[in-house]
Amino acid sequence: MNTPTMTPVRRARAILTVFLKEVRENLRDRRTLTSAFLTGPLLTPLMFMLLINFTINRELDKAEQPLKVPVIGAQYAPNLLNALKEGGVVPQPPVADPEQAVRDQQIDLALRIRSSYPEAWRKGEPVQVELIYDSSQRDSHTPVDRVTDLIENYARMQGAMRLVARGLSPATAIPVVVAKRDQATPQSRAVLLFNVLPYLFVLTLFIGGMYLAIDLTAGERERQSLEPLFANPVPRWKIFLGKLAAICAFSTASLVICLVGFSVVGHFVPTGKLGMELHLGPSFALHVLLLQAPMIVLLASLQSLVSAFAKSYREAQTYLSLLMMLPILPSVVLMVMPIKPQDWMYSVPLLGQHLGILDLVRGSGVSPLHLALCLGGSAVAAVIAAGITMQLYRSERLAISG
Amino acid sequence: MIEVKDLHKAFGAVKAVDGVTFAARDGQITGLLGPNGAGKTTTLRMLYTLMKPDRGQVLVDGIDAAVDPLAVRRQLGVLPDARGLYKRLTARENIDYFARLQGLPEDELRTRREALVRALDMADIADRRTEGFSQGQRVKTAIARALIHDPRNVILDEPTNGLDVMATRALREFMRNLKAEGRCVLFSSHIMQEVGALCDRIVVIARGRVVADATPDQLRAQTGESNLEEAFVKLIGSDEGLAA
Repeated sequence: MNTPTMTPVRRARAILTVFLKEVRENLRDRRTLTSAFLTGPLLTPLMFMLLINFTINRELDKAEQPLKVPVIGAQYAPNLLNALKEGGVVPQPPVADPEQAVRDQQIDLALRIRSSYPEAWRKGEPVQVELIYDSSQRDSHTPVDRVTDLIENYARMQGAMRLVARGLSPATAIPVVVAKRDQATPQSRAVLLFNVLPYLFVLTLFIGGMYLAIDLTAGERERQSLEPLFANPVPRWKIFLGKLAAICAFSTASLVICLVGFSVVGHFVPTGKLGMELHLGPSFALHVLLLQAPMIVLLASLQSLVSAFAKSYREAQTYLSLLMMLPILPSVVLMVMPIKPQDWMYSVPLLGQHLGILDLVRGSGVSPLHLALCLGGSAVAAVIAAGITMQLYRSERLAISG
Repeated sequence: MIEVKDLHKAFGAVKAVDGVTFAARDGQITGLLGPNGAGKTTTLRMLYTLMKPDRGQVLVDGIDAAVDPLAVRRQLGVLPDARGLYKRLTARENIDYFARLQGLPEDELRTRREALVRALDMADIADRRTEGFSQGQRVKTAIARALIHDPRNVILDEPTNGLDVMATRALREFMRNLKAEGRCVLFSSHIMQEVGALCDRIVVIARGRVVADATPDQLRAQTGESNLEEAFVKLIGSDEGLAA
């Protein structure tokens, strides 16, 4: 022990000191590492890819695969049956009670041709064939459409032939024709599928910073190390900024890993089969990072705020899992009621990022105005949230653990 | 030198500290003695500026804690009631963290740290992560990080709490060394023997007020009791919350 001397004091590096210590300490925590760098950021791209692949392949399969349909009374309409077979339908032997079989989900649909069919056909009267299905079953939808289209096409063709046989032009029977001109580009079609992407990115940020936010406030108080920390000659706002920077570093790293994951996974999504294009490469990743930059600070501040309020580590965990529901709002709202994006919406945190990322996916890019609104609006929110948390850090109660 | 003048602090309707005045001088060990809940910890928390007093003044080496709390904290080495360590850091890393927050240059940090590691006899645990440390090892680490910046004034809140006999003896010896180096040592305790054996001056607190401020001998004379324990009981008015 030396004799008491006054030490020259340098405090400019306090924020950096806190930041480096928190990063180093948390890099040694396996649970934080796993959730921030492994499960959090990589699970979403993987799940996303599986989901998209499943959806796309199911749709494609339905359109190309032979469709097995039990037909009752096949012998009454051999020509119709031939037309169906050309369209990929494989007629199956009749089932005894088709209504019951459909209700029991044994079959998706059944076709019934009445014995009156040949008689009516000969007389040139309209004949009815019945399709038995259950529309509350999602699976039956595409097969029903396929069989209906085939039968209607057959009917139109036969109708046209009858008119020709009577010396009339088939066009007389079709006074109005609808010409569908879809203005969707391949990219804009992808947007429908990729509506959930912005939420996944926010979720990744959230999970990436969550354990740190809890650990650095509620956790440190619970372990009784906050009081000795505050006994050091460092203003509390500097301690808070150091901790905030550490949370941001982890959530940013989490998002970067996630974006790299998506750019890899993007190659395995068979969007080409649906006539779509998808760009999840470096340019997309950099733009997402830029859009999310203020969101990173905003989320970290909110997480710190909530954990500073909580009385214990567990309580903080509970509150934060509730807060995690918040970022899903824009995705859900926009999916349920598609509203036309207005300029001001870009300045709303979360919503702005959502719209911006969808613009990127759509391939049109984010306009400078929208980019400025998005960054500005969220930055203001981030500064406010950080300011409130800083105020909370100054309160006496924050440090007291017992 | 720590001076406390007429400190008040209330939590709601509860007056935790209700007019506390005393001084702890350099080169002396001052004991803050009182039963559990007497207001010792709250008084100390106002000293190291964790809490703001409702009324009254705290001066550390002449610096007013209300005017320049950072300068006050720089003059203090504090072992608070809460002495949590960072369990994923080693003892040395725990000490270094506080040293850097105190603004110590790296070369001075190393010299000071190694001196403390020797003085506290903790060379064998210095590079271990503090998770799983015994109570004694934790207190040693917490004291080392509190004194890393060579503070003139040392505040220890119930330092021997939870320590075994050997660790307690070592800690008392360490406190005597701090005194010999001319520092102002202020510590709180509810253990009379400890206060009696160590202190040059005893401040007895009960129900948020100072009921006595004297040397151990004066206390005995004042109360007419030759036994310190009886003297305390007489001062406090009951023997509740005191340990022999």
